[in-house]
Amino acid sequence: MTAERITLTKKDRFSVALRSTILQGSWNYERMQNLGFAYSLMPAIKKLYTNKEDRTAALVRHMEFFNTHPYLASPVLGVTLALEEDRANGAEIDDAAIAGVKVGMMGPLAGVGDPVFWFTVRPILGALGASLAMAGNIMGPILFFVAWNIIRWAFMWYTQEFGYHAGNEITKDLSGGLLKDITKGASILGMFILAVLVERWVNIKFVLQLPAKKLADGAYIDFPKGNVTGSQLQEILQKQADGVSLVQNVPNTLQENLDLLIPGLMGLLLTFACMWLLKKKVSPIILIIALFIIGVVLHVLHIL
Amino acid sequence: MSIISIILVIVVAFFAGMEGILDQFEIHQPLVACTLIGLVTGHLIPCVILGGTLQMMALGWANIGAAVAPDVALASVASAIILVQSGHFDSAHITIAYGAAIPLSIAGLFLTMIVRTISVGMVHGADAAAKRGDYKAMERIHVTTLMFQGLRIAIPAGLLLAIPTDTVQAWLNSVPAWLTDGMAIGGGMVVAVGYAMVINMMATREVWPFFALGFALAAVTDLTLIAFGIIGVAIALIYINLSKMGGNGGGGSNGGSGDPVGDILNEY
Repeated sequence: MTAERITLTKKDRFSVALRSTILQGSWNYERMQNLGFAYSLMPAIKKLYTNKEDRTAALVRHMEFFNTHPYLASPVLGVTLALEEDRANGAEIDDAAIAGVKVGMMGPLAGVGDPVFWFTVRPILGALGASLAMAGNIMGPILFFVAWNIIRWAFMWYTQEFGYHAGNEITKDLSGGLLKDITKGASILGMFILAVLVERWVNIKFVLQLPAKKLADGAYIDFPKGNVTGSQLQEILQKQADGVSLVQNVPNTLQENLDLLIPGLMGLLLTFACMWLLKKKVSPIILIIALFIIGVVLHVLHIL
Repeated sequence: MSIISIILVIVVAFFAGMEGILDQFEIHQPLVACTLIGLVTGHLIPCVILGGTLQMMALGWANIGAAVAPDVALASVASAIILVQSGHFDSAHITIAYGAAIPLSIAGLFLTMIVRTISVGMVHGADAAAKRGDYKAMERIHVTTLMFQGLRIAIPAGLLLAIPTDTVQAWLNSVPAWLTDGMAIGGGMVVAVGYAMVINMMATREVWPFFALGFALAAVTDLTLIAFGIIGVAIALIYINLSKMGGNGGGGSNGGSGDPVGDILNEY
C-alpha cells in the first residue's frame, strides 16, 4: 500500500466505547442490538470511509442481527474496529468475513457474560450492599453503585482495546484457557457466596411450640418448700449461675430443635425446593406469589 | 410533596426506565433507584432500607438473551413512591411497599415488551436512514427509542404521584396487621427464589462442594460478607491453579494432582 494508512486513534476508540454504553437503547425483538452496534461504530465509520458509498455500505452492513451480553459486546466492537480499519486501508476483507466474526463471537461471549456479571458479580455486590442497606446504612447503595461501575467500565474499555489489538487472533484465544478460567472461577466464587446468602438471608422461623421437655431430677433446680436457709440459697444461686434450668418443664420450640442440626437448614431445603420447581418450568413469579401466600397462611395458623 | 421533589422523582424514574434496557450503570436496581427517590423526597433512610430489602429479592433477576426478567425498574421506583406517599416509615409500611413490588414488576415486564416491539418499527426507519447514509437520523432513532424506555417508567411514576396522599394512606392503613406480618414472613422466604434461579444457572458437579463449604462456614462463624468474598476469591484461585497442575500430568511439585477439593480443604 502506498497511500498513507488511516488508523483509529485512542480517542476514536474511546468515543466508540462511550457510545457502546447505550448499546441496548433500541433493543428490539427483531434484530436486537443491531442499531446499537451500528450506533457505537459511527465515529470509526466516519473516520475510515471518506466517500459516501463506502460509508453507506458500512452502516448497512452493521444493521444485521446482533445480540450478546451488553458488556461482552466490547471485545466484538474492538475486533470489528480492527477489521474495518484493515478494510478501509485496502485489505481484502469482505462483508461475510466481518459478519462471520461478529456472529462467531457473540454466542460464546454471551455465555461468559451472563454467569460472570449477572450471576456472580451483581448478586455478590448486590447482597453486600443490600445487607448494609437493610440496616439503614447509606454506604450500602453507594458501595454497590461505585464498585459495579468501576468494574464495568474497566472491563468494557480493556476488552475493547484487547479486541482491537488482537484483531482476528482473538477468536483463537476465546476457545482457549483464559475465558474458561474466568467463567469457572466466577462460578466457584458465586456458588460459595450463594451458600452464605442462603444460610444468612433466607428466613424461616418456626414459632410452633412442641410439647414441653420434662427434665430429669437434678437437671433443674428443685426449690425447697417453705423458708430457705442461707446455705440452700447459696446452693441455688450457684446452680443458677451454672445455667441449670429454673423449672422442670422447659418450653420447646421446633426452631430450637432444627437449629441444633445446623442453623439455616430449612432455608436450604426451601431453596432446593425452589430450584426443583424452577427446573419443572414453574414461573418464578408464581413461586414468589405462592411464598407470600404461604407466609400469610402459616402466620395466621401460628406455625411461622 | 413539593413540586421540585415531584419533578426529581420523575427524572429518577426516567433514568431508571432507560437503565432497565441498558443494564449499564444499574440505576434501575432497587438498591440505587429507591435510594435516589428517598434522596429527592427527603426520606432517605427508609427508602434505603426498602431498596436493600427489594434487592435481596431481585438478586437473581436478569435478562438473558431475548428472555426478559420481571422488571425491577418499575418495582423499585413505584414501591418507593408508595412508601413515601404513605407518610409512615415503620417496618410495617416498608413491608407493604415491598409486597406491592411483585405485581408492579409484572406490569413493568409487559410495558418493556411493548416498547421492545415498538422498537422493531423504529429500527426499520433506521434501515432506510442507513441506506441513505444518514447518520444523524440513525442516531436520532436510537436515542428516541431509548427515551421510550425511560417514559415507560416515568409515566407510571407520574400517575402514581397524582394519586392524593390521603387516598394512599387510607388504603395502606386498611391493611390488617396479620396480613403485613404474614407478608414479612413470606418476604423472608421469597429471597430463596432469586438464589434458586442463580444456582440453577451455575451449578455443576464440579462447583457443588464450594456451595457446601460456604453453607457450613456461614452457619458456624460470624464472618462478614466481605470476609467471605475474600475467602471465596482465594479458594477459586487456588482451585484453578491446582487443577492446572493436575492437568499437566502432575509436576509433582505438590499434592495438586488427583483430589483438588481435598487439597483446598487442607490448605484451608
